[in-house]
Amino acid sequence: MTIENEDNMDKVAARPSSLSDVAAAKQKKSPGGQSLGVGLEARGVHAWFSGKHVLDGISLDFWSGTVTALIGPSGCGKSTFIRTLNRMHEFIPGAQMAGEVLLDGKDIYESGTDVTKIRLKVGMVFQKPNPFPSMTIAENVLSGLKLAELKVADKDALLEDCLERAGLWSEVKDRLNAHGGSLSGGQQQRLCIARSLAVKPQVLLMDEPCSALDPGSTLKIEETISHLSSSMTIIIVTHNMQQAARVSDYTAFFLSDGGPGSMIEVGPTSEIFSRPRDTRTENYVTGRFG
Amino acid sequence: MSTVMQPPKPSKPWLATPKQRITTASIYIASALMSFLVVAATPMKGKLAYFVVFFFASVIIDFILCFVQRGMASAKDAVARGVVTAGMTFAVLPILSILFEVVKRGYKGLHLSLFTNDMSVTSVNDPVANGGLLHAITGTIILVGIALIVAMPIGILTAVYLTEIRGKFAVPIKFLVQAMSGVPSIVAGLFILSAYVYPLTGTLSGFAGSLALMILMIPTIARTSEEVLLLIPSDLREAGVALGGTQWRTVALVVVPAAKSGLVTALILGIARVAGETAPLVLLTGGGEKVNPNPFSGPMGSLPLYIWKCFGQGTEESITRAWSGILVLLVIVLGLFITARFLSERKVTK
Repeated sequence: MTIENEDNMDKVAARPSSLSDVAAAKQKKSPGGQSLGVGLEARGVHAWFSGKHVLDGISLDFWSGTVTALIGPSGCGKSTFIRTLNRMHEFIPGAQMAGEVLLDGKDIYESGTDVTKIRLKVGMVFQKPNPFPSMTIAENVLSGLKLAELKVADKDALLEDCLERAGLWSEVKDRLNAHGGSLSGGQQQRLCIARSLAVKPQVLLMDEPCSALDPGSTLKIEETISHLSSSMTIIIVTHNMQQAARVSDYTAFFLSDGGPGSMIEVGPTSEIFSRPRDTRTENYVTGRFG
Repeated sequence: MSTVMQPPKPSKPWLATPKQRITTASIYIASALMSFLVVAATPMKGKLAYFVVFFFASVIIDFILCFVQRGMASAKDAVARGVVTAGMTFAVLPILSILFEVVKRGYKGLHLSLFTNDMSVTSVNDPVANGGLLHAITGTIILVGIALIVAMPIGILTAVYLTEIRGKFAVPIKFLVQAMSGVPSIVAGLFILSAYVYPLTGTLSGFAGSLALMILMIPTIARTSEEVLLLIPSDLREAGVALGGTQWRTVALVVVPAAKSGLVTALILGIARVAGETAPLVLLTGGGEKVNPNPFSGPMGSLPLYIWKCFGQGTEESITRAWSGILVLLVIVLGLFITARFLSERKVTK
């Protein structure tokens, strides 16, 4: 373990350029040169499953109001990485991790942290649409309030607001009491996004949200992402390079050479796709492998 | 082109042709004839002999026919089909013959006052139309009802522990639950007798019987509920937790509601498991002849006990009463199974 940590310190030190690049790019993007600030920072995050090292010292900053895409071939640890960001990683038996994840400067893995509060602030949309089958559309959207025991003055307004932001309101406003399962796959996924929005997270993690969907639904969800990105930090794992190019401000490329997955390169999306520094990134984004 | 193209006539070309049907029918007829001949010609006697000869004859004829027409692979397939069909027949026949026998003997004792009278003023030699089952039906409802009220939360919570909490003790508890579902019911009865009746109350009562039924019911409910909860995709648990729910609220608001119909099925199977239990009730309830609404004092009747007693009395009238008691019990248990089936299928279609 100590060896791993030293190793990881080296890696953090070895990658200052890419991190400051992100910061610099962000400074350029933000209005008036004012940064909205770093919402979420990963510091040397390692992960293991049943002793198998799958993620090797990832350090990455996520700026408020931006969309970061994580790309890379299957099995390179992208999904594992975003699951460490809201402590869903520990949900898997045999999971271990090392490193820090700072949310507003505070480590979410610090002992004594209320994990449910972390997950309220860092919401998640899963690969497969998973609306709660026993609940209606409206109940699904508001289910987070019940689960986290939150009180809201005007539930109807929140319901409409969340569905509107998820781009679903016009399609379901007449059948809010229908079951979530009666929607199409794309609608179900937007329902899941609306459900995540209802608890007002600062950060939204999306684990390949469109991989089970048709192009039309994918387009709708991408529109939803662009609408949401002004008010929150979005981190999206995707296998679809065009999608990464369309929706994200920053792109991080992950790769595993048979061992644990590591981050090869991170930068503004336009640069990753037009002038990647690493040849492996170039090969991947141009479709030569992966 | 003015003519409209006619769509072809819909058909099912994969079905058997009339010729094939005749062949199949003649195999069965030949086998049946063969079974009559063999039974008549040899010392083998009885219904079973007909079945056995019929089975072998039809499998052999089918085998030869398939071999000649389509070769060895098809012939082996025919044998396998024959064996499987025979297995199914031998499994179903006893069930059907039990049902047939119960209906045949039990319907004579059916009358409406069965459900309004008890046996408190009826003697064993009175006509079947006298007396009734009311004390036994109310007794069974009270006994099973009390057992259910306690076993339901314990069984479901055990299942939740095994599937959701998955604590350190999950493996041994799972093993214990499985072992407990094989405990003979008389053992449960003796346990309550020595652990509750002798040291505490000193008298037999309905509640003691309920305690024994509870012991038998918990493992059934726990195991079925566990299987139902395991079917709930872990996506839903993850989604609940990712929304900031604690594990308890996720289980209570997401997992259990999603498994609701399956859990109802588990409860019904638990009821069906104990509704026909006799042995512990013989030991524990005292088996009165009068309607007794108080489970804590006085003997309490029940359907299985009523059947057992009536057979023991041995008169023609009481044996008829016993058969109609069996019929009523079977109808109740069958009704519960059909309800369980209905509820679990409704979940699948949804």
